[in-house]
Amino acid sequence: MSGKNPSEVRKVATREGYGSMLVELGAKYPNMVVLDADLAAATKTGMFGKVYPERHINCGIAEANMVGVAAGLASMGMIPFISSFAMFVAGRAYEQVRNSIGYPHLNVKIGASHAGITVGEDGATHQCNEDIALMRTIPGMVVMCPADEVEAKAAVKAAIEYEGPVYMRFGRAACPVINDRPDYRFEMGKGTIVREGSDVTLIATGICVGGALEAAEKLAEEGISAEVINICTIKPLDEELVIASAKKTGRVVTAEEHSIIGGLGSAVCDTLCKNYPVPVHKIGVEDRYGISASAAVLVEKFGLDGAGIYKSVKEFVERTEEK
Amino acid sequence: MENLELQKIANEVRKGIITSVHSAKAGHPGGSLSAADIFTYLYFEEMKVDPKNPHMDERDRFVLSKGHTAPGLYAALALKGYFPVEDLVTLRKLGSYLQGHPDMKLVPGVDMSSGSLGQGVSTAVGMALGAKLMGKDFRVYTLLGDGEIQEGQVWEAAMLAGHRHLDNLVFIVDNNGLQIDGRVEDVCSPYPIDKKFEAFNFHAINVDGHDYDEIRKAFQEARATKGIPTVIIAHTIKGKGVSFMENEASWHGVAPNDEQYEAAMAELERIGEGL
Repeated sequence: MSGKNPSEVRKVATREGYGSMLVELGAKYPNMVVLDADLAAATKTGMFGKVYPERHINCGIAEANMVGVAAGLASMGMIPFISSFAMFVAGRAYEQVRNSIGYPHLNVKIGASHAGITVGEDGATHQCNEDIALMRTIPGMVVMCPADEVEAKAAVKAAIEYEGPVYMRFGRAACPVINDRPDYRFEMGKGTIVREGSDVTLIATGICVGGALEAAEKLAEEGISAEVINICTIKPLDEELVIASAKKTGRVVTAEEHSIIGGLGSAVCDTLCKNYPVPVHKIGVEDRYGISASAAVLVEKFGLDGAGIYKSVKEFVERTEEK
Repeated sequence: MENLELQKIANEVRKGIITSVHSAKAGHPGGSLSAADIFTYLYFEEMKVDPKNPHMDERDRFVLSKGHTAPGLYAALALKGYFPVEDLVTLRKLGSYLQGHPDMKLVPGVDMSSGSLGQGVSTAVGMALGAKLMGKDFRVYTLLGDGEIQEGQVWEAAMLAGHRHLDNLVFIVDNNGLQIDGRVEDVCSPYPIDKKFEAFNFHAINVDGHDYDEIRKAFQEARATKGIPTVIIAHTIKGKGVSFMENEASWHGVAPNDEQYEAAMAELERIGEGL
């Protein structure tokens, strides 16, 4: 992002990337089916439905059943993608995902949209800040949270090329496209250093990657060199990369649009506690519910934008310097 | 197959249930015994399956939505030849492929892992829908408990099955009238079961779940029913075949002790000799 005028940066919601890649994959994979629970317009699976109506199954407002139907389809060699809001597919249907998809390790791809607080005005009941935590506890489940539209498309493609259950987390709000460059490569399970640094490591996922880059820019102006790592695949986590960066900088900040309990921050701590303990500060939604407001206002209020991340990192660096 | 043959097999299934649950010192004999005739009819008469080729693409599918009655399914599968009958005694023991609830990754002949009530039916709907999408003509069967249909997910599944006109799908409700906490109508009545399914655009058939003439007729009627799924409500006796277990909710999830095991097996032996 550095060097670009912010107004020139293209902004697209990650769910758009999901919808467009589904259409693209539909041509190559005749055994692919897309299921929705009456949110096809919002989750963007409607794009697939327009092109492949016979392979788009609207299950109605019945997420638990949709999960099971997908398991049945997968047991016959079809590749179902199922979609709803994160709150309903990861939250409401958690046990169905665990027992009908996870336990038999069936080849079902879950595309969850409207994750996190950027759902915005709908408020707390629809703002799912717990889905990464829930999905991460299911043995064998891959969990991905793309940072932008480009990465969303790459993640969906990687998901279909992988045999087994995958949870993909997408957002409602448009966010800056930061990976639109010719040398961009995506590999499931691998994180990316998007900015090198030596004083502190910022590990971010989803919309917080853009914010972390902004924060790093500001920190640099004050002589703090921050390394920024984009983690799209939260499970399995790129432990090697996380440990190597922690060794280099000696302290880590995580940033995510998710509860600080159980998400990326916890995954990073699990790894560092075991392998290379360093001070860690987790930025995310504290142990609380969201509220109604526009996505932009909420991101600022919850301290997940560039300015908020900058402030938290600065305080953390000062605090850890004193020791 | 003659009814007498089916009755003899069902009696062996019941012996398998008692033997395995006794060996495990845990498990669910009541609902396994009530469904023994259904398991027998499905595997020895109704379904197109091949124990030598359990993953045959065009096979009919069965999902045991009331997964806790795995001892009944395991006994039927073993007698059909999917795995040795001798293995039934490993039920629920460390290292056995015969888990407390069916695991499709471990047990030959199990088409779907199940056990959490209400979930199996949805997977069966997915299979039936998949068959339609792929232009395959196999049929899908799923067995539910009458307590299980208190789960809301069953009705989500039924709604989609009716909406999608899945005439390749048969729900069977093992209506033995009892659940862990007592009589289903006392706990939270699911009745009328037939009318409920009819309201969800199913063809509903009531049968005596221990009468092979009625069972046969119902499955034939299900095959002949086009454009809508069928539900067969099998009126059964919980614990059927072991007199001291019959119609006793307390035998839902308890294993017989050695003495009770001997008595149950002796009774089943007598029934077998009488056939």
